[in-house]
Order: sequence, then structure tokens, then C-alpha cells
Amino acid sequence: MKIKALSRSASSAQAPGSNVTRLSRNLDPDVHPFERAREYTRALNATKVERMFAQPFLASFEPGHVDGVYSFAKDPNSLEHFASGSGDGIVKLWDLTTREELWQAQAHENMVKGMCWTRQKQLITCGADRTIKLFDPYSTASKSRPTATWLGQGAFNSVSHHRSLPSFAAASSNISIYDVSRASGTPVQTLTWPTATDTVNAVSFNQSETSILGSCATDRAVILYDLRTNSPLHRNVLTFACNTLEWNPMEPFNFAVGSEDHNAYVFDMRNMKRALNVLKGHVAAVMSLDWSPTGEELITGSYDRSVRIWERAKGHARDVYHTKRMQRVFSVAWSPDSNYVLSGSDDGNVRLWRARASQRQGVKSYALRQKEEYDASLKQRYSHMPEIRRIQRHRHLPNVVKKAGEIKAEELKSIKRREENERRHTKKGKVRRTAEREKVILAREQ
Amino acid sequence: MSSDKPTKPAKARRKSASASNHINDAEAKALAHHVEAAKTTYGRGQQIRTKSVKDKKLRANLKVLESKNKESALQAKNAEILLDNSAGLLEPEHELERTYKVRQDEIRQDVGIETAKKAFELRLGDLGPYQFDFTRNGRDLLLGGLKGHVASFDWRQGKLGCELNLNETVRDIAYLHSSQMFAVAQKKNVYVYAGDGVELHNLKKHVEATHLQFLPYHFLLASVSSTGVLRYTDVSTGAMIYEQSTKLGPPTAFCQNPRNAILHVGHQKGTVTLWSPNSSTPLAKLLTNSGPVRAMSIDRSGRYFVAGGQDRKVSIWDIRNFKELRSFHLRQPASTVSISDRNLTAVGWGTQISIYNSDIFSHTPSDDVKIPAPYMAWGGEGNTISRVKFCPFEDVLGISHSRGYSSILVPGSGEPNPDSLESGTNPFETTRQRQEAEVHALLEKLQPEMISLDPNFIGNLDLASEEQRRKERDLDSKKEDRIERLKKKGRGRNSALKKYLRKSGQRNVIDEEKVRAREALSRMDKREVAKVQKLRREYGPALERFASKSG
Repeated sequence: MKIKALSRSASSAQAPGSNVTRLSRNLDPDVHPFERAREYTRALNATKVERMFAQPFLASFEPGHVDGVYSFAKDPNSLEHFASGSGDGIVKLWDLTTREELWQAQAHENMVKGMCWTRQKQLITCGADRTIKLFDPYSTASKSRPTATWLGQGAFNSVSHHRSLPSFAAASSNISIYDVSRASGTPVQTLTWPTATDTVNAVSFNQSETSILGSCATDRAVILYDLRTNSPLHRNVLTFACNTLEWNPMEPFNFAVGSEDHNAYVFDMRNMKRALNVLKGHVAAVMSLDWSPTGEELITGSYDRSVRIWERAKGHARDVYHTKRMQRVFSVAWSPDSNYVLSGSDDGNVRLWRARASQRQGVKSYALRQKEEYDASLKQRYSHMPEIRRIQRHRHLPNVVKKAGEIKAEELKSIKRREENERRHTKKGKVRRTAEREKVILAREQ
Repeated sequence: MSSDKPTKPAKARRKSASASNHINDAEAKALAHHVEAAKTTYGRGQQIRTKSVKDKKLRANLKVLESKNKESALQAKNAEILLDNSAGLLEPEHELERTYKVRQDEIRQDVGIETAKKAFELRLGDLGPYQFDFTRNGRDLLLGGLKGHVASFDWRQGKLGCELNLNETVRDIAYLHSSQMFAVAQKKNVYVYAGDGVELHNLKKHVEATHLQFLPYHFLLASVSSTGVLRYTDVSTGAMIYEQSTKLGPPTAFCQNPRNAILHVGHQKGTVTLWSPNSSTPLAKLLTNSGPVRAMSIDRSGRYFVAGGQDRKVSIWDIRNFKELRSFHLRQPASTVSISDRNLTAVGWGTQISIYNSDIFSHTPSDDVKIPAPYMAWGGEGNTISRVKFCPFEDVLGISHSRGYSSILVPGSGEPNPDSLESGTNPFETTRQRQEAEVHALLEKLQPEMISLDPNFIGNLDLASEEQRRKERDLDSKKEDRIERLKKKGRGRNSALKKYLRKSGQRNVIDEEKVRAREALSRMDKREVAKVQKLRREYGPALERFASKSG
């Protein structure tokens, strides 16, 4: 008779004299019952933990501005420097890592409306006092005078610097291209649409397709120019005016605009018949917008005192940031390392937030990283479960915003109902439904 | 000639090609076999046919999922070479040897000293008969005598956890999630004690419990009382989850299905009811025996269910589709049954124990052998067996009887490879590991709502149509009139109405629906009689015999 019985010595699990125990694995599914239920429970726990760790607000920069912060400019040559311009004409340069003010100057008599950096790390500011000024914050002392000043016809709203050439575009009633090297000179070039009369709200150079310039105006037009041909490409009239326009850093043909109709729109400049995506959620006008350096996400700041973070291809905000004291947000920026976002608001504070509310920076152990990966895939796998979806989606909103959102939804519903009623009572096929992404484009001129 | 020349080398080439093909075939076959084996043990059920999915994105996602499943099953199969131990065995070396003739002292001589020490006997005097329980890692043993003697100890090291004399009847005992807590069903209530014998809780609502079961992943302690009331208590919160009378009198047996945490209750009349805390009625009722069901057990994978009854019958079921596979009779009624991790079945009957190997689960209808030959046998020393239970992760069978406790070696019964990361099943766990595992187990505690016959229903799509769901939501909607529907379905002897009246049972219960059904039926009959009479009149005296209901 062959006889063999199990004999497992304790020393097989832990060698004598050692304090390290050996872990044995057995992947037989019978040893691990309730696989689905346990995975779901883990996913639920991970979702809850994520919400528990969601603390987006990091700090505000001290001392802040006396007036509201109306413009931001990230230094494209640096990961840690950015400038903010305020309503009383003061421009400050900040360090992101130490959160300290590096430099400041009284740039304008009143509001600083737009700022940008040159390739030589100089700061261009434009204001409502009809001037554009050039500062050298890295090599001059605080409160020093500008190195150059340009005088314009009207108030300037926005400036944008060319990727490689020493020239920049400034928006007032028209778009003027200035040469940085010719201080105090007249514009090299002036771009206008022949029939347009209104003020240009924002102007932005495409940083990859460098001669393309996008602009939006108060007459609801989004106009694209090509500097090489010296003539505008096309003009699209939207249903509402836009406040801001930003190009996607990774997909040079895509850009996003923040509109007065509370939405942000992503467009493909090659096909302006319809928007690529409509980002809905704000309950007041979108005042500013910025892409993440990865080009996958956006941040918008709105008149409704909140900041929202969006995924490029999804319709609803991934997250909503707000504080009790934050007023209307006029400027937002995504930090160049893509881990943080900045917001500047009417209350004069520049705030620093996490780009992912529950993520923590710093060195993580291998075990922790593995756990995070495992949790992420579980959450993704069970994201359709109602409980998980509810927890993941839930955000506390200020009462005013919530109420406004409800009222807005009600209004939109009634508009929709009215349209449906009209459609029902007209001849079949006469009134067609238009796609939500096409609705925004009213007219198009080449 | 010119045509011959090129054919010859072609033939030769074909030959060599076929030879290499042959090798490739063998390799491919082996590989396919390997993949198939991986799929059956580690697979995630049926494959989704991605080709028929029309949605592009969904199809791509499903394809990725399928390939991941396949890959993971293969990797798990490949990882089998890393397993440390192989199972024990007891094999005859020639035709005349029989494994059931091997005695314990022979086994003890043949195995190593450490293993031989695991077979022992405890003579506990006349405080018995004893009940006992192992922890899930098989390290600790809890003994409870009917007359109130309770002891918890590490049985391999002989380290005593606690020993109590409760001076009260002890009907059943069970370890909770670890050796640090155990529950005792005493004369009136169920009590929970700590590992060192301190009384922690008195579960006053569990009145006169006769049987206890602990569901380790749900942290539920279930008891069934002498009046037939089934109760669940969440031991992590102390809340009573569920209390329901089985309405079938005093229970005779109680066990859990480790795959889906369904509880089986055996009753006096030979029925077994399946319970979950989510329904007030049993999920299923099985008629396993024709007398009281004395002993039940379910294997680890939740496939096989063995029930032994007072009628001496042992019936073996495929519990996933509620079918009896086979049954056989013992010489005396089985008093206790246990199935090991490797599907050995120990049946205690009278003073004897028979251990069967997993062949009894393979269903062979043309089997002439009525009673299967046991794999091993033990007993006959005049001690009435009260409980048998296989020790997890050891080749050991624990036996409690009227005079104490015996532990015998059963080669090939235990799972050789424990998973140390599965909470509560690490036989070598340190205190730190136990504490860590306890916290994780509590964090991953499954909710009682997740108990269902199919444990993998979580995350599945609700396939009820939108219309159906809207109907359920709409409380004002008119209920469908069943009688109206039945009236339209057929006439005669087997009409739908008649069938409904026949099947709805309980003639002495009057309910509105049944009354209406009866009225409708009598009206239908009257109409038919009238029809026949009318036809008779029409046909006249010569032809009236041809008038019938079917006209």
C-alpha cells in the first residue's frame, strides 16, 4: 500500500530564526469564493476612499491681489513661474513651488486684461488704459518701469505671442500684430474681418501650427486668421459671444471656446460645421479656459463662482471646485506639470488646486502604487453599478449654483417641450431636429 | 518523363511536411489541451461571442476583456508549477489490496513523525456527546460537550485557549471569523465568547438555537431554533438581519453552501429547504429522504450536496441544478456527514465511519453496485459518532463521539496548498497577519443582499425591458386579469381554468380569484351543454347522436 499524507512543517512558512514569513498562493477559484461580490465591495470601498481623500484646495498665494485677478500667463519656459494681473493694474510674478511672490509692478492704470510671455522670458501685458507694456521680471527689480510701451487706439482685451517669431497679437476693436523688437512702434499688421465692427474678446496663437491665429469677438464671431496669407480663413457666428479661446496643445487643429451661454465648446478648425463636443454644466458664462498639457482635459472658470474640470471627450464635468470665499472666476490655468490647476477670481486671490482631487503627490511605495492601480481598474470595471456611480458623481455644490442649475434645467426642458410641440403641429419633416453640437453654429462665412 | 521529374521531389516534400505536421499536430494538441484545462479550472464562464456584437466600441471592449480572461486563465494554469505541496494519497499496489482495510496504526507507521502526531484521541469522560468545530485555517479546535464543557485550543501544539464549564446544555458551537471568537448555542440563548473564554455577548434573540453556522465572508451568524426559526445576526455590527420561521417544525440538520452562502435546513419529513436572508420563503425545497434528514454537507465548490436521513438513505445531489445524482442505503442511519476540500466524503453512522472518495459524485446510471465501496473506514469500538469534520489543509478527520474526540489520518483529504492571502485560511499565520487579515476581511465584508443562488449575479445587467420596468413602477396601472386570460385558453378536461383550480391547491381557502374561476368554469360548462342540446335539436332524432361539444 502506498501511503502519503500531507506534512507541512512550520519552518516551510517561516525559516527558523527569520522573521520573514513566506506567502504561498493558490489561484484555484474554489479557494477564493464570492469573487464578484468581493471585487464589487472593494470597488465600492475604493470609490468611497477616493471621495474621502478628495481635498482639491491646496493653498492661495499670499499676499494676493487687492483687486480681482483678471488674467494669467504661464511662463512657457518654466515649470514653476506664472504671472497674474489684477483689476488695479498690478502684475505679479509667482513661484509655484514656494508659493511666494517673486516680482510685481504697477503695469496699468486700471484692469490688466491680458498677458503673455515672450521667448526671451519677458512679460507682455495689455490693459484697458489702451497700452501694451513689456516687462522684464527676471532681470529687473520689483516695481520697475516697463522696458517698452505700445499705445493703441482702444482698450486692449487680450495678447498672444507667436511661437517662434518676435511678434505678438493684441486684440482691441481689431487685431494688431506688433513686433517686440520695435519698441513703441505702430502695429506691423492689422487683421480685421471686413464686416466686423465689435470688440475682439480674445486672441490666441496656435503654438504648433504657428501662423494660425484664433479670435473671438463680442459680435458672436469666432474668426481664424492665417498670418501667411494675410487674410482671415473663416468666420463663424455662434449663438452667443465667446469670452475666451484656447488651442489644444496636443492636437493643433482643435480649440476650445468658453461661451456666454454657460457652455464651453470644442471645435475642429478643419470642420467648423459642428462642435466636436459641448461641455455643459456651468450655470453662468464661462470666463476663461485652459487645456491640460496632455490635451486630454480642460479647466474652465465661470461667472458662477466655480471651476470645473472636464475630460475632452465627455459632456459633463469630471469635478467641480468651489470655496465659500471664491468669487467669480475670471482666470484659470493648468500647471505645466499637469498635476495642479490655478484659479484667479474676483476676490483677488490666486488659488492652487489639485488637478485630481484625491491624488497625492510624493513618493509612493510599490505596494501603494499597485493598490492604486488595482483600485482604479476595479472602479472602472464596476463603474456601471448604481451605488458606485452615485458616489463617484456626487459633488456638493453651493446652494445658489445648485438652485440655478435646477432652474436652468427646467427652462431648457420647457424650451425643448415647446420645440417638440411646434414640431408635432407642423407638417411632418418640415421642422427637423438639429444636433446639439450643430445648434451652436449660426452662420459661416469664408 | 518531363512530368515525372517534378512530381517526385514534390512527393518527398509532402512526406517530410506531413511528418513535421504530425509533430506540430501533437504539439498543437497538447497546447490546446492545456488551454482547455486552464479554461475549465480558471476560466470565467462562457465566452462572449464578440463577432455578433454590432456596436464597434462595445465589441472592442469585449474583445479586450475576453483576451484578458483567456490570458489570466492561462497564466493561472502555468503558475500551478509553483505550488509547494502535492496532495496525500492512499493507493493499493496490487489488485488484492483494499484501501478500506488499512488501519490507522499502519498509516501512522508509514507517515512522518510530525504527521503521525496529528492522529490522537481525547478521552473526555461522560460530559459528551461532543460537538466540535475547526477554524477556517484548521489550526484551532473548539469542543463542546452537551453537558456544558467547552474548550478551545491549538490542537497541533496543544496550546489551550480556554476551557469552560458552563453548567448548561450546549447544543452547538461554532468559531466566528477567527479563533478569537466563538459562539455557543446554550440552553436558552446563543452566547459569544472570546478566545480566552470571556463572555462577550449574549444574543438574546437567538432563542433555543439547536444548530449554528457562521458565514465568514458576510460575518453572519445563523442559528436555527428548536421551533424552526431561522435567524441571522451580523456579528460585526450586532444587528439582527433576518428572522423567519421555516414553518416545518424542529430542524434536524443545518449546513451552509460555501460557494454561495445559502443555508440548508433539514426537516423532519425528509425535506431540505434552502434559505437566503433576502427572501421570506425558502429558495428551494428538496425532498432528499423519506424520514428526518439527519446529516448534510456541501462540498467546497458548491457542486455536490450529500444528505443522510433516518431512513438510512444517503442521497447525493448536484445542487446547482437540483438533481439527485445517486443514492444508497447504509446499515444504520447516518448521523453526520462531512465533505473534505478534495471531495472525500465521511459519513458517520452508528459507531462507524465510512469515508468515500470522489467517485461517488460521478453519476453512473448503469451502475450495478448499489453501495459504493468506501475509501476508508473507522470505528466499531462502541462509541456513538456525533460529528465528523475534515480539518482544513490537513489530512485529518476530526471525530467527536460519546466518549470524547478522536483525530484520524485520512491521506488525500486535505487541500495541500493554502493561499496565505485569503483571509482566515493561512495555517501558519502570525498574530500580526491575523490582525491585518481581520481588518481587511471587515472592510470587504459582503452585504447580506449579495447572497443568492448564483453568487456571480453582481454587476450583471438587468435584462428586463424598459416597458416591463415602467409597468412595475406604475402603481396605478390595472393589474392583469388572470381569469380573463385563462378563460380564453382551451376548453375540456384539461382547460387552463381547470388546471388553475387544480394547481392552486387548498380547497378550503376561499379567495376572490378562485371563486371567479369557478364561476367562469361553470358558465363555460353550461354554455357547452346548451350548445350540444341546440345541435341535437338541429340534427333531429336520427342524427342527434352525432351532436358533440366539439360540434
